[in-house]
Amino acid sequence: MHFVWDWGYTWEILPILARASIITVETTVLGFVFALVFGLVLAIARMSGPAWLRWMTIGVIESVRSTPLLIQLFFLYYALPQFGLTLSAMLTGVLALGIHYSTYCSEVYRAGLENVPKGQWEASTALNLSPFTTFKDIIIPQAVPPMTPVLGNYLVALFKETPLLSAITVLELMQTAKILGSESFQYTEPITLVGLFFLVFSLISALLIRRVEYYLNTRRKGFL
Amino acid sequence: MNSGFSRLLVVAIVSFAAGMSLISFTGLHAFIPGLLRGAWVTLQITLGGAIVAVVAAFTAAIAKVYGPTPIRWFAVTYIEIFRGTSALVQLFWLFFVLPQFGVTLAPFTVGVMALGLNIGAYGAEVIRGAIGAVPNGQWEASLALNLTKTQTLRRIILPQAFALMLPPWGNLFIELLKSTALVSLITLPDLAFKAQEMNQNTLRTVQIFTIALVMYLGISLVITAGVKALERRASRGLGRGGAV
Repeated sequence: MHFVWDWGYTWEILPILARASIITVETTVLGFVFALVFGLVLAIARMSGPAWLRWMTIGVIESVRSTPLLIQLFFLYYALPQFGLTLSAMLTGVLALGIHYSTYCSEVYRAGLENVPKGQWEASTALNLSPFTTFKDIIIPQAVPPMTPVLGNYLVALFKETPLLSAITVLELMQTAKILGSESFQYTEPITLVGLFFLVFSLISALLIRRVEYYLNTRRKGFL
Repeated sequence: MNSGFSRLLVVAIVSFAAGMSLISFTGLHAFIPGLLRGAWVTLQITLGGAIVAVVAAFTAAIAKVYGPTPIRWFAVTYIEIFRGTSALVQLFWLFFVLPQFGVTLAPFTVGVMALGLNIGAYGAEVIRGAIGAVPNGQWEASLALNLTKTQTLRRIILPQAFALMLPPWGNLFIELLKSTALVSLITLPDLAFKAQEMNQNTLRTVQIFTIALVMYLGISLVITAGVKALERRASRGLGRGGAV
């Protein structure tokens, strides 16, 4: 079978895919913001809640982390309306992505905070700093730099999971590509373009993460 | 102690108890056989994908580290493409685009290949890192003992690297299990597909998806336990702590 890449078709669908990519980026950003905030809640509950809350949080984190996002997505998409809460498909998707990745974020926060030596707290007590000041000015500045690249990697991972939202009819890149393909019976161009889009974005963000990591590391060494 | 495993055990018990209290169990036995059939497909894809992943990862890692330049570039391209794009895009590409090149694969083969190659790309970096983490002195000592490069790699370096790479591989296998749910979107009747199908017929969403999630959790528990057992075996006699 002979095969030619159809450039005319490519130029025709490029603007449509470009518009759909905005939805992809939007869900990524919203989902990650949700994950960052809710992850913090989970981390606090896990680290400083009462025993029952700690165990429950561990249970939630571990079971969300080790089950498929797609099932969680379907679960929310079908179950929420049954409880009287009808969200748009896109919001449901953002919620599912956010919850899934908040469990990863919470572990990053926890690891980051626990990696700060205990002596830093003790030294701050000796210097008569309040717990809040200690946390804000001593602990956080040391905990955040090692967290940043890890969180960056999860941002990229979340970005690459957004095509799942096509399963619940969100018109992001993948769903748009599939519709275009089913209309023209030419799947090669739309799906390959979507792949290229993800590849380019992932490579750029990998580069950015490495730059940020380098910047944070050198800056910290400059302080010492 | 293997805290990961005991933690997962606690999780399984807690979620089971939560499920018991949340769900009215009337008539649920009707869902179990169908979901179990789906779980069997999920298991097969996970196993097939794991084999493809390990083979692809080893080949790519060895090619990237020790191969001549063209082969090295080939390995790098494979790793970057599969790590840089989405698993679902890869799955759809193999499913929808490959037939247009005249290659039509069965959905099961597409699922196993796409997920296996995806996880394999991440695994290649894990293997590369583990080989790099074996101290250089091991190479030098092997050279002093007149071992060839292949012998050194096979008998000295890889056994030590193996113990180092097992924990990340455990995580990758869990990722693989989670990504098998994607094959339901290319019409394979796996656990996710069965759950979705039953949900559309009965709309007992909470019950059906809870059972499905517990099944996934159960499989991941088995994977974690298996990898832990392997870790104990692999770190035996190495004189350093592989499994913590």
